[in-house]
Amino acid sequence: MSEHLLSATGLHLSFGAIWALDGVDATLWPGEILAVVGESGSGKTTLLHVLSGRSAPDAGLVAYRDTEGVAHNVHAMPAPQLRALHRSDWGFVHQNPRDALRMEVSAGGNVGERLMAQGARHYGVIRESAIDWLRQVEISPSRIDDMPHTFSGGMLQRLQIARTLATHPRLVFMDEPTGGLDVSVQARLLDLIRTLVARLGIAVVLVTHDIAVARLLADRILVMRHGRVVEGGLTDQVLDDPQHPYTQLLVSSVLQA
Amino acid sequence: MSGYNFAYLDEQTKRMIRRAILKAVAIPGHQVPFGGREMPLPYGWGTGGIQVTAAILGPSDVLKVIDQGADDTTNAVSIRRFFARTAGIETTTHTADASVIQTRHRIPETPLRADQIIVYQVPLPEPLAKLEQSRAETRQMHALAEYGLMHVKLYEDIARYGHISISYDYPVMVNGRYLMSPSPIPAFDTPKMHRMAALQLFGAGREKRIYAIPPHTDVKPLDFDDHPFRLTRAPQACGLCGARDSYLDEVVMDDRGGRLFVCSDTDYCAGRQSMRQDEDAAA
Repeated sequence: MSEHLLSATGLHLSFGAIWALDGVDATLWPGEILAVVGESGSGKTTLLHVLSGRSAPDAGLVAYRDTEGVAHNVHAMPAPQLRALHRSDWGFVHQNPRDALRMEVSAGGNVGERLMAQGARHYGVIRESAIDWLRQVEISPSRIDDMPHTFSGGMLQRLQIARTLATHPRLVFMDEPTGGLDVSVQARLLDLIRTLVARLGIAVVLVTHDIAVARLLADRILVMRHGRVVEGGLTDQVLDDPQHPYTQLLVSSVLQA
Repeated sequence: MSGYNFAYLDEQTKRMIRRAILKAVAIPGHQVPFGGREMPLPYGWGTGGIQVTAAILGPSDVLKVIDQGADDTTNAVSIRRFFARTAGIETTTHTADASVIQTRHRIPETPLRADQIIVYQVPLPEPLAKLEQSRAETRQMHALAEYGLMHVKLYEDIARYGHISISYDYPVMVNGRYLMSPSPIPAFDTPKMHRMAALQLFGAGREKRIYAIPPHTDVKPLDFDDHPFRLTRAPQACGLCGARDSYLDEVVMDDRGGRLFVCSDTDYCAGRQSMRQDEDAAA
């Protein structure tokens, strides 16, 4: 039996009097897609930041198991090691691609940046890889030298995904990857994410307020409310047979739409 | 000159600068902050270099100052006179005779020796400044040796122009650890820094940073395996001394497209010209 890729136990984090995380446990298996759903302010994004080591919890432990099977306490890791992890084994897809992309650097340079950060020093190889990744996210390789500001919103998001996946991470954190896109572009992006993630065997922690996105992508789902996980389980199970009143409300509100 | 301390700066300031220099030498390529003083010349005219020079000058030193390779430009002449008057030291235009050489934007063609010190005037000490605006972030990048971003810049250059187009201030790795701005010397001069016998000191007055390359330290220009660093030089020979190995300035001679290429290092050029005259006289 394989072991957890990422496991969080007893996470607490308060902002003043508000508990953003109030005793959250979560586990992630290699190659699994875990969706965290809930309304705005339920603590999903905070959970994502704590899991990825971007912010520290008041209490609780996040453990990441590396390729050698050694578990690391994410928040006790020295900064260089954590940054190296974010550069190589991990990826982070932001809701707004402009937060992650370098807008003054060409598409190819954006895809190549993580490779170069990892020490790739052969222009031809980096270029080949950038072309390959643009193709995989359905951006024409002829646009490799174009600046991101000439791209549409959906293309920018796909470019961000190419840039993140270029180093073949094992674990990707996604914060509302389809937010701000229109429905048809969303569908295409979801399809793309699903295909790529399945092919590469990447584990994903996906934060979304959109139940439909979770249903389409996720293997397992956590429903959060007021900083607590109110329900968790297999996606189909939770969405088809919600137990908690809040989940029932969430699911029914979507189905009526 | 009465009324001034030796070499203008007071001894406390010199000690502070020397401490910064010692630290800089101990960590090659690392930018050390120092309490830059107001100097009697504007920022951008060499206030950083002049403070470093003032801190290391002794009564027996012989100073040479060059500006873009030339000994006879305003900046070079006034800084040389400044130290001649405030320190009463000997000055020279001959590279070989100098013990301290302060320079703006060139390294002399004549190889420097172990008993010489070269002081560079630096306008922008942070090589990552144009790529990352936050100084807190660039400091962290230096601390963790995360220099992938600089390669992104080189990548962009090749993608756009087919080659790395940086012709001056070419980013270098010092001692395999710190990314460093060599000051705006031409890329042509960068290889001269590699394992130079002389101590190299860098002073940035406005930015208040000092850094250094100790003698015989590795200095490697950044490049790609398939796009290695290449020397660029105008293909002409110097119009005055005939040198084919020196860095050239292009001088417009008239309004009919007349151009003259001459050595930017005036001392090197003059030396070669007088050697030529000697040979002619002998023949």
